[in-house]
Amino acid sequence: MNFLRFAVRRLLEMAATLFVASFVVFGAMYLAPGSPAGFLLSGRSASPAALQAINEQYHLDDPFPVRYLRWLGQVLHGDFGRSLTYRTDVSRLLADRLPVTLTLVAMALLIVVVLGLALGWIGAVRGGAADSAVLVSTMVAVGTPSFVAAVLLQGLFAVRLGWFPSGGAGQGFADTVWHLTLPAVALALYLVGLLARVTRSAMLDELGSEHVAVARARGVPERRVIVRHVFRNALGTVLTTGGLVVSTLLVCTVLVESAFSVGGLGQLLELATTTKDFPTVQAVALIVVALFMAVNLLVDLVHPLVDPRVVLGARRSAA
Amino acid sequence: MSAVLTRRPVLSRLRAGRAPLQAVCLAVVALVVLAAVLAPWLAPADPNAVDLGSALAGPGAGHPLGVDAAGRDTLARLLIGARTSLLGPLGVVVFSTVGGIAVGAAAAWRGGWLDSLLSRSTELVFAFPGMLLAVLVVAVAGEGLLAPVVALAVAYLPYVSRLTRALVLTERERPYVAAHRVQGQSAAQILLRHVLPNIAPVVLAQSAVNFGYALMDLAGLSFLGLGVPALTPDWGRMVFDGQSAVQHGYPLSAVLPCVAIVLTVVAFNVVGERWADHVSGRNR
Amino acid sequence: MNALDIRGLTLRLPATARPVLDGVDLTVGAGETVALVGESGSGKTLTSRSALGLRPAGSTADGSVRVAGTEVLGAGPAVLRALRSRTAAMIYQDPRAATNPLRRIGDFLTESVLLTGALDRAAADRRAAELLDAVGLDASVLDRYPGQVSGGMLQRVVIAAALMGDPALLLADEPTTALDVTTQAEVVALLDGLRRRYGTGLLFVTHDLGLAAAISDRVYVMYAGRIAETAPAAALFDRPRHPYTAALLAATPRIDAPAGRLAAIEGQPPDLRAELTGCPFAARCPLADDRCRTEAPRPRPAPGAADHLTACHHAERLEGSAANV
Repeated sequence: MNFLRFAVRRLLEMAATLFVASFVVFGAMYLAPGSPAGFLLSGRSASPAALQAINEQYHLDDPFPVRYLRWLGQVLHGDFGRSLTYRTDVSRLLADRLPVTLTLVAMALLIVVVLGLALGWIGAVRGGAADSAVLVSTMVAVGTPSFVAAVLLQGLFAVRLGWFPSGGAGQGFADTVWHLTLPAVALALYLVGLLARVTRSAMLDELGSEHVAVARARGVPERRVIVRHVFRNALGTVLTTGGLVVSTLLVCTVLVESAFSVGGLGQLLELATTTKDFPTVQAVALIVVALFMAVNLLVDLVHPLVDPRVVLGARRSAA
Repeated sequence: MSAVLTRRPVLSRLRAGRAPLQAVCLAVVALVVLAAVLAPWLAPADPNAVDLGSALAGPGAGHPLGVDAAGRDTLARLLIGARTSLLGPLGVVVFSTVGGIAVGAAAAWRGGWLDSLLSRSTELVFAFPGMLLAVLVVAVAGEGLLAPVVALAVAYLPYVSRLTRALVLTERERPYVAAHRVQGQSAAQILLRHVLPNIAPVVLAQSAVNFGYALMDLAGLSFLGLGVPALTPDWGRMVFDGQSAVQHGYPLSAVLPCVAIVLTVVAFNVVGERWADHVSGRNR
Repeated sequence: MNALDIRGLTLRLPATARPVLDGVDLTVGAGETVALVGESGSGKTLTSRSALGLRPAGSTADGSVRVAGTEVLGAGPAVLRALRSRTAAMIYQDPRAATNPLRRIGDFLTESVLLTGALDRAAADRRAAELLDAVGLDASVLDRYPGQVSGGMLQRVVIAAALMGDPALLLADEPTTALDVTTQAEVVALLDGLRRRYGTGLLFVTHDLGLAAAISDRVYVMYAGRIAETAPAAALFDRPRHPYTAALLAATPRIDAPAGRLAAIEGQPPDLRAELTGCPFAARCPLADDRCRTEAPRPRPAPGAADHLTACHHAERLEGSAANV
């Protein structure tokens, strides 16, 4: 299949899924007990006129399909409505919060990729005691929720040793990186374990394959065999976990940002959830789902370049 | 689609010959379950009894594992907390297994529009990470254990249903199914009496693997204050409660539930993966 | 100088009661085609791989394996690298499994000589183009991936790749079993032509006696890790002197022979875990007597034919009674 046609078809599919997802997100909020107006007044009694004003401002009296379509139309224009809690445009909130979260996710992703691939490589190639060490440490890593890692890292490196700040996002690039190091490590830990195991297992599969034995029998130096035939071939399998890795990173920012008071998208979602700030929750949820799908689309498009055996359109699911 | 167990972290490479690890993990699982069951008799104090005078005290007489910032006995909260911390994931696993088997079997057996509808819905659910779905549901339904358990059950259901669908598809091609058909048994009878018992071990192994992840997700929700109600002892909630104490240099009341969570999740993971390897016959 | 000279090669694997190769003697002259015949597990693949210095992990080897005069047993990494990239090369059973599906065919051809420094980039590219032409392939396959060409084409690529370093010895390990019948014939003809053209010694490992007869100058018949019989191809097929060879011939369908029942060989080859005294074929041999069960037969030349060696106490009784065991 033609690359462009495939990309367009997948984009349309993604749009359709996103449409349904948006319906689910909006519909769930619509079904919620308790009216947003009640929350806005936070228990104070209000005159019918004031209630009327609020209902009109937030279009709470319109029937469901009308509200959904209006909301969807606004979302498509980048307008996610007004936050009930912050009394400001949700899109403004997102624009404020997104950069720090993306920085955090990027740092964690870097750690995941570098450390995950390295550990998986060491486990598969070295074998023996090194492999056992990799197996045990990754076993603990995939059993450690990110918030547990966050609290433990905070207790040790921020409070006890004082090497890093225990919260906040910092100002300027270096300060931000310094502030976000512990959160990024906490966020990355589980996925480092996951990626190391996927890498190790994929490399072991390749190590056992005949073409690797053939390369050795042709005198190709061992290091080059590992790089060119084992690691390179394992990358395709590793790539298919991309969507899962990114969506896990995004979702776990809720926990880690909350533990470190980073003040990004994750903490916004947490606060919006506890205060029933529906427009904000809807927006963050949609963004997370859209990013997950975008990464999966990217993986599908890139995979055939990494592995010529993969035919465009013949999807291999990651999870 | 081939019938392959979904295991998010690939633990399947834990080779045979690591029997001690398996035994230790099995022992940890047994210990945690036993502690949860016997908690009311084992707990040295009321988990919600407040003794502000000894708040943040270290281990000592009367409080073997110390006291948290609100003056509550940590050991008592750990033991009683094991109940909520295990019951939640158990609920997730039971709901998702029953629902997943029903959906997967229906999709495979009926095929056609039902199959494509269910497969499409499954893909949609995959786009929502479990935590996100749970947070959404909590936003709608408010705090409490039931809402996040149901949300996670829905999030985990596709893993079970996809596996069941693939297994049933292979199973229905087997000669014995045709034989029972000829004997005049109804589809439901064949499915319930013969097919499901045959595929049950593999599906249950998948569910055992899901248990650890459900525990992690639920503990995370409690840590956000979105799971169990404030006073209910729960490991995730204990970490949340203990976090400010950590920042003031008293880590014990938060570290202990952290350790409990990690130990339990790792133990369930290893046992579940081993079981999965065993029943799927690829003991690599 | 012989392309391959194996003398008394004995190979032991851990946790086995007898050597998996037991005193194997085998030579391949320069430009000669030699067939090594045996059933699965007879040790023929181990023998051929030993010429590349490839041994199973944990095995111990005695004897001598010389490739173009260079001793391979116990050779260091540098010697082995030179050996594998230049002096000797192997053609494999399944070309699909032998090639990395993620690397272009051009890359597969030049990889060995480039990474070992045997040839520079320009020389390697020239050589690859020349060899592709020699195996009858178009230069356009250089940019393709293994998955994009047929099995027969890919086996030609593997053959061309084996010739990249202009080896003195070519090892072909059942190179036709994974191919369909017409392609088999083409590959065999191609190998024979290339051997003539480049003067390469060829060790052809197969379980197919008919194929061995068609391609080779001399044949070695292997059984349970030992050479049972060796002779010029024609002599071996006309006058087999070992009961095992005779039984194999009887079990091989032949076009020129009168139609009749194919004889299967009763029983199983001896277990590696069991100690072996006497002749390994004794348990399955219709001629076996007490001597066969206690005393291992040494290879003996046939009367008047020094190149026809047979390890059988009763070789004389078989004379002229081919395929009638």
